[in-house]
Amino acid sequence: SLPQRVYHGPYDTKEPMSKIADITGYNNYYEFGLDKSDPARNAGKLKTRPWTVQISGLVKKPQTVDIDTLQSWFPLEDRLYRMRCVEGWSLVIPWLGFPLAALLRRIEPTSGAKYIQFTSLADPAQMPGVRDPVLNWPYSEALRLDEAMNPLTLLAVGLDGRILPNQNGAPLRLVVPWKYGFKNIKAITHIKLLAEQPKTTWSIAAPDEYGFYANVNPAVDHPRWSQATERRIGDLGRRPTLPFNGYAAQVAGLYKGMDLRRNF
Amino acid sequence: MGALIPLLVLVSDFYSGQLGANPIQRAEQQTGVLALSLILLSLATTPLRLLAARVNVRLLWPAKVRKTLGLTGAVYAAVHLVIYGLDKGFNPLGLLSDAVKRPYITVGLTALLLLIPLVLTSRKDSVKRLGFERWTRLHRLSYVIAALGVLHFWWSVKKDHTGPLVALVVMLLLFGVRLLLQNRKKARTGTQGGISGD
Repeated sequence: SLPQRVYHGPYDTKEPMSKIADITGYNNYYEFGLDKSDPARNAGKLKTRPWTVQISGLVKKPQTVDIDTLQSWFPLEDRLYRMRCVEGWSLVIPWLGFPLAALLRRIEPTSGAKYIQFTSLADPAQMPGVRDPVLNWPYSEALRLDEAMNPLTLLAVGLDGRILPNQNGAPLRLVVPWKYGFKNIKAITHIKLLAEQPKTTWSIAAPDEYGFYANVNPAVDHPRWSQATERRIGDLGRRPTLPFNGYAAQVAGLYKGMDLRRNF
Repeated sequence: MGALIPLLVLVSDFYSGQLGANPIQRAEQQTGVLALSLILLSLATTPLRLLAARVNVRLLWPAKVRKTLGLTGAVYAAVHLVIYGLDKGFNPLGLLSDAVKRPYITVGLTALLLLIPLVLTSRKDSVKRLGFERWTRLHRLSYVIAALGVLHFWWSVKKDHTGPLVALVVMLLLFGVRLLLQNRKKARTGTQGGISGD
């Protein structure tokens, strides 16, 4: 068997890693079905090579790049992060990827760029869930540029030292550990730099329930359920949810002076 | 007894890990769906009996299972509440604040409370004690309970409304059949009274 990977970088949580079977078997990925077990069952068919990512908008170096080229630009890093779903459960996941900031420095946003928008693949031939108009396809997400530049923000290409399983968002997936899981867009095909804040998939689907920021916040409830606690998958009981999912020291400064109740 | 099999399956699934990564949530959902399904099934028995009687007057089995369906539905609703309590760490204050703050809990809990008088008057002698008219009127609460149950289901899902939609359609069909049967009955008694010299 492979040696256990060691996580003691400055960004790694000290909490025990979740079971890989849970990380790869309990997923919200509506492109492959609405049940948590659907992605593991249906995502195998997705062809993740060849794959290109189109980088456009307010950047000095717009381009369409092959995924293997893209990931060869940066040294890959292991990061053990907490992941808190807006539904009230959480996992501790060993990502492998590179900081989004490294990509941004390479493509050079212009001075007018304030937001970064991501778009997923939406191919009904490979993704049975896309035939169901439960969400506005293709899935899209966005970050403010300073959030995107934070060293915690990762583009993941792997999990536990191996290539990313399809159900976890292969070949390229965003990881923003202080935000609810739905911000972590999967199977990214387009990255665009913008001057204005774009609409995002879940905030279009239910604007009163899912905001643009979606920062993990135990003090601001979902309109239908409490966000004060969460169940770590594998536990029977619940534990308190931490502000910014435990990453307040690194990211709280990004939101200084903002009313987080309004900007949820 | 047969209606308790899902409960046994649930318990055995729980111990064998068949409920997946989030077993409490799965158990909560399964008991909720079971409770609502059984309550809707119990509402289907009367129209079914009336239809069956057209084939053969002695076909009474739908009426005989009505009580069992209703009672088992109530049992699953209670188990559903217990699991919800377990999920919230048996915090009565938290439950109470949930009931006030969260409409889907308010609605679900109301449905559950409304089930209590129906369970209490499900004994054989209850109809006699209350009188047929009053008993029937009381048990019309089951329509309200079904409607609240469907609403609770609808509000409790994140985005996938398939299950709640199926429940809603079934409920509306059952209500429709009842209305139809009632109108026919009225029409029949009306005609009989009007044109007697036929």
